[in-house]
Amino acid sequence: METGKVKVINEVGLHARPAALFVAKAASFKSDIRVHNVTKAGKWVSAKSILGVLTLGVEKDHEIEITAEGEDEAQAVKEIIALIESDFA
Amino acid sequence: MKIIKGIPASGGIAAGPAYIFKPTEIGVKRETIQNPAAELSRLESARNVAREQLKALKLKTENEASADEAAIFDAHAMFLDDPSLLELVADTVNAEKVNVEAAWADGIENFARQMEMMGDEYLSARAADIRDVGKRVLRILSGQSETDLSGLNAPSVILAQDLTPSDTARLNKDFVLGFATAEGGPTSHTAILAKALGLPAVVGCGPALMEIKSGSEMLIHGGKGELIADPDEKTKQLYQKLTGEATRVAGVELEAAAEHAVTRDGRQVEIVANVGSPSDAVSALKYGAEGIGLLRTEFLYLERTTAPTEEEQLAAYNAVLDVMEKRPVVVRTLDVGGDKQLDYLDLGKEANPFLGWRAIRMCLDKPDFFKIQLRALLRASPNHDLRIMFPMIATLEEVRRSKALLAEARKEVLAAGHPVADNIQVGIMVEIPAAAQMADFFAREVDFFSIGTNDLTQYTMAAERTSEKMAYLADPCHPAVIRQIKRVIEEGHKQGIWVGVCGEMAGDPEAAPILLGLGLDEFSMAAPGIPHLKAILREWSYADAQKLAEHVLNLENGTAVREYVRGFTHA
Repeated sequence: METGKVKVINEVGLHARPAALFVAKAASFKSDIRVHNVTKAGKWVSAKSILGVLTLGVEKDHEIEITAEGEDEAQAVKEIIALIESDFA
Repeated sequence: MKIIKGIPASGGIAAGPAYIFKPTEIGVKRETIQNPAAELSRLESARNVAREQLKALKLKTENEASADEAAIFDAHAMFLDDPSLLELVADTVNAEKVNVEAAWADGIENFARQMEMMGDEYLSARAADIRDVGKRVLRILSGQSETDLSGLNAPSVILAQDLTPSDTARLNKDFVLGFATAEGGPTSHTAILAKALGLPAVVGCGPALMEIKSGSEMLIHGGKGELIADPDEKTKQLYQKLTGEATRVAGVELEAAAEHAVTRDGRQVEIVANVGSPSDAVSALKYGAEGIGLLRTEFLYLERTTAPTEEEQLAAYNAVLDVMEKRPVVVRTLDVGGDKQLDYLDLGKEANPFLGWRAIRMCLDKPDFFKIQLRALLRASPNHDLRIMFPMIATLEEVRRSKALLAEARKEVLAAGHPVADNIQVGIMVEIPAAAQMADFFAREVDFFSIGTNDLTQYTMAAERTSEKMAYLADPCHPAVIRQIKRVIEEGHKQGIWVGVCGEMAGDPEAAPILLGLGLDEFSMAAPGIPHLKAILREWSYADAQKLAEHVLNLENGTAVREYVRGFTHA
């Protein structure tokens, strides 16, 4: 299992387009990927679920934690964190 | 008389009968079932139907409103296929042995409530979207059709508890005078749509709204956020003064729409339509379009998993050309890339799609793909005035290579035994400042220029036009843009070619007189605005417009330009 933490720098947090991009990125991996909002100490949800990700209520400057389990787990965590660090560029 | 105060969502005033929009109630019965697998397979079939409906709604909305507006259906499709939702529903069906309708309704409500409880305006609005998707699937499962809208057969003010994108996509926009909803805030779907359609809207009116009876006389003042049912004489007269004049004028203008736009001193300009699909072409004629100045061809390529064939494209072009008969039809070759993705072409993701590999840049890199469109266009050309326009041209080499590919395509079509019209006009969109600056060179290579003022403004101001924060930089009336337009028109005319504008500026009542004065030959715009624009241009003389244009070139910003146009007194 691979895990990683990252701070969301996007103005709208993980809402709207950023949330959709985040989910699309997660869905491109075979691993089971889960995410939770560290700042809010919330529940864990599937990173491949837009409904799950939206209900995390991730706002700007919140920290999120990602875990992945599966054949491409390392790549998954690395790329998802890179996506957020690049502010979805 | 009953006055209801709500939140102003979109400006404008309208008067007309109330049409109460009440969605079909779907009762969900909870039943015990024996075979969970069969239940889940029913859900899967229903979701497949829903997915197709959403695709169709997206396309319809893109054509009637805007791509932004249509994007909401992408979100709906994501909700429909959401793995967490599906897992929850499957668990409920398997563990509780309940029918899939009940499990699905529970699952939808579970997520919708979670969104509402976040205390965030954006997420609350998504709760409505989730329920909209939920109802769509329940309707399909129960075999019920969507809300019956057949009662909406005259122009009306639409009253509703709330309106979802699915609801509004199906409303006949010709019969909508304005919107009022009991729920919703200034950023609700209804508000956004009403603005896109230029209709008044009041939202957040509260429960009193739904007590109004169908057919009641309504007055709606979008800017004030006010709605009046069964107004007294005095109020009616006040509103009549406000709307009557506007309505009367619109009627007179529509009657005269088929006539040409000729200035008081006899200069005639061509008024044509921007069109996004074959069905748009029919309504364009109704509004007095003298042809099509921009036929966007993206409708052929989006929302599908394989590229459109030459035959499919030919059929679509023929459909438009048959409607337009001998009138000019300017077809813009494919303009996608960056922000618009196609499943069957790897366009890649770019940090700055508006500055990226798109339109002609992409097409020239994929000549075999591009030539399919060019061959279809050439085959559609006989007996019509079809013109071909290349988008996003920055350099002369791009024009030359595009024309070379067109020549190759012509040879291939002729070799296959199909006729091709002679003298097909070939032009470019002038939307990149480089092309505007080099207009003297380009004018020698092409038969016409069509200035894409939306993009020309965004590239001149280096401000992405979809960003709200930079909306103040998006005014095509800024002299920085107008000076380029002047140059393009002058250089075009020196070489004897015609010059048009196919951005929103062409239909902007404050900007159009400037374009007239700069000597523009062709105004291409959204069809519903044509009758009004023709009326405005008929009030001007070319001589006055020239004076106006000359003056505004030396003002310091767009605001000053617009003020000057508004205050201009005719000689």
